[in-house]
Amino acid sequence: MREEEKSIDKASQELLEIAEKEGIDTAWDRYEAMVPQCGFGELGLCCRNCVLGPCRIDPFEEGPQKGVCGATSETIAARNLIRMIAAGAAAHSDHGRDIAHTLLLTAQGKTKGYEVKDEQKLFSLASELGIKTNGRDKKEITMEVAEKVFSEFGQQHGELQFSHRAPGKRQALWRKLGIMPRGIDREIVEAMHRTNIGVDNDYENLITHGMRTALGDGWGGSMIATELSDVLFGTPKPLRAKVNLGVLKQDEVNLVVHGHEPTLSDVIVTAAQDPELIELARKNGARGINLAGICCTANEILMRHGIPIAGNFLQQELAIATGAVDLMLVDVQCIMPALSSVAKCFHTKLVSTSPKAKFPGVEHVEFREEEALLIAKKIIRMAVENFKNRVKDKVNIPKEKMDLVAGFTAESVFKFLGGKYRATYRPLNDGILSGRLRGAVGIVGCNNPKIKHDWGHVEMAKELIKNDVLVVVTGCSAIANAKAGLLKPEAAFQYAGKGLKEICEAVGVPPVLHVGSCVDNSRILITLCNIVAEGGLGDDISELPVAGAAPEWMSEKAVSIAFYFVASGVFTVLGNPFPILGSREVTELLTRRLEEIVGANFAFESDPIKAAHLMIDHINKKRESLKLKPVMYAEREKVTFGVE
Amino acid sequence: MRGIIFIDVQKCLACKSCELRCAVEHSKSKDLQQAIGEYPLPERRVEVETVAELAIPLQCRQCEDAPCVKICPTGAVEKLEVEQPVLIKEQLCIGCKWCILVCPFGVIGMDRGGKAVIKCDLCFERLKDDKPPACVQACPTRALQFKTTEEVTEKKQREYLIKFKTGKEMV
Repeated sequence: MREEEKSIDKASQELLEIAEKEGIDTAWDRYEAMVPQCGFGELGLCCRNCVLGPCRIDPFEEGPQKGVCGATSETIAARNLIRMIAAGAAAHSDHGRDIAHTLLLTAQGKTKGYEVKDEQKLFSLASELGIKTNGRDKKEITMEVAEKVFSEFGQQHGELQFSHRAPGKRQALWRKLGIMPRGIDREIVEAMHRTNIGVDNDYENLITHGMRTALGDGWGGSMIATELSDVLFGTPKPLRAKVNLGVLKQDEVNLVVHGHEPTLSDVIVTAAQDPELIELARKNGARGINLAGICCTANEILMRHGIPIAGNFLQQELAIATGAVDLMLVDVQCIMPALSSVAKCFHTKLVSTSPKAKFPGVEHVEFREEEALLIAKKIIRMAVENFKNRVKDKVNIPKEKMDLVAGFTAESVFKFLGGKYRATYRPLNDGILSGRLRGAVGIVGCNNPKIKHDWGHVEMAKELIKNDVLVVVTGCSAIANAKAGLLKPEAAFQYAGKGLKEICEAVGVPPVLHVGSCVDNSRILITLCNIVAEGGLGDDISELPVAGAAPEWMSEKAVSIAFYFVASGVFTVLGNPFPILGSREVTELLTRRLEEIVGANFAFESDPIKAAHLMIDHINKKRESLKLKPVMYAEREKVTFGVE
Repeated sequence: MRGIIFIDVQKCLACKSCELRCAVEHSKSKDLQQAIGEYPLPERRVEVETVAELAIPLQCRQCEDAPCVKICPTGAVEKLEVEQPVLIKEQLCIGCKWCILVCPFGVIGMDRGGKAVIKCDLCFERLKDDKPPACVQACPTRALQFKTTEEVTEKKQREYLIKFKTGKEMV
């Protein structure tokens, strides 16, 4: 594979060339070596759930059609898929649990470096959770909020509090189908139980529980992670920042945070401003301390502090290959085990921090909320002291960096549309009603060397905004689109259709809105509820002219996200199919029949332009059922670059 | 590209990836996800058999003096050149099954429709593009390799000499 075939990102191409020269293996090389990948795994026809097996079903019908226990391709594919949902939901929810834990410790006065930054959100959460606020001490309220939220993880019956944010019609449907999540952990455990040998053998029953498990993520674990992070670290507000490997600095200590949780990275931001550490950096020959991030921990501190982003998932090895990263701090999720061998080729110090995520041979500085600030300072000191070990000849910082605007939330952005003094979703709904906006799409998810890096995200976003579809992005998709310049307000003039451009111009927002990390996909759910509540566009999420996509997904977390969106009524297009195609029935259920059941289904399409048009067609269909006016500028002239 | 399929039975884990990719290579689309929906379903020309706890992928050895070529009454079975595949011209095959009877390895079979015989064709179209057969490319442990007989002889000699000198099997 040539560099241009691997990535559309210039900075990445440049570093891939360097990696090749230096003989450094990257994910692309390892992918090439792995091709062709196991076809049974790809089709979901391999079962390792017990040692009657491993069993696999021959999709060409010459070999066995049943496992030793008698499981068919339907049972096996469905079981495997809901185990992926369980793992994804577990990852998001455990993230949420960690934040709840930090909030509780903070309320108890046991932490250093944390405080409640968004009191207003704390109070509104308290009243939503039925906790009295009048005349009560903030600490007491915080404690009760944290405890209440904490209890949702282990809750055995009843319903998750935040699921009541969904439109009434949706809640009623979930109850009717028996997929209203009872507790966050309970559904994950039950998914594991059902997929144990000889329990749930009915593919439809399995997938139904998969939806319940995923809903417990979207309206439980992930939403808790988002809401409590806002309480602890502040609700993001729009801000300007920079993105791509060019944000690394030649003459400063570069500390890159990578992973997913904001608990440590947020404190790192505070600690990096310590004059003593800055002075130490100077003594070590550096002009200062430069923080940058990768993946969602980066998105968390970008959204709240404007800390620059070095890159997305497939750039983690490349960041080290710049030779300019003095320390890379990692916490949990999406951290390639390969990092430790890349780091060995450079002076870069790799430091793991979570007791849940260690790497053989990598220095571990265990993070504890109680001593957050101390630990953060210790790690920064390690970075500063490593600066002098940088090998000048090995430093290759690409010049690429791009401006962006981030920090949009369900509270801020759409109310912005209404202006400061009449904060409401009305203008957004009116935009859709009048046809100035065709609809909205969320593009989320990972990178995957199976699809040219960033290409899926960027081409899809461009095609959508050209057709007057407002795009919201999270996670690695947000970073991809940011690097391509689509998160700048000016991008509206260059790429957006006339209707969307008019709105972006009036409000001063980019046509592609960064709403946060991957747990912040819950912000998209809340936004959809708010649009329904504002009125005029039906009374359920499934009636809205909206869709979702994950063009470059790879993680089990993406499976869970995709399922909670579909189960919430959002048509979702995936770049890579789920590993279920070996079962005709499961494929039929997911790509067709689910629409009759939950009002939305999946589609698999690897071409981002075709995928964009699947969503546009879907949006048009929804507009028709809502009897909305035709799109205002449907037959407009071709949009040309920067010219009216 | 010329050569033979070399099998290292110690390395075969019986994952059946060779079977799967063989069927895909002999499909209309040559794409796994599409091939499983084709009619008729594509068929594999290799089969992983187990003998005394060893898994062995079996396929046509492409004999140089092939009994199947000799016995075919219609000239449907044809050996191209040395280290090139034995191929079947489907239009000429009358389905008499003589070749199945005389094959010493039992690696010729009837197709699903029962009209003509099928066997490994060494992915001759891939060879033209300098690509090894699909089963070889699919093998995750390199139990299947594509080598010329000279290369195989050389490897065997090396293995023998090492064993002679050290008394140990080469790994």
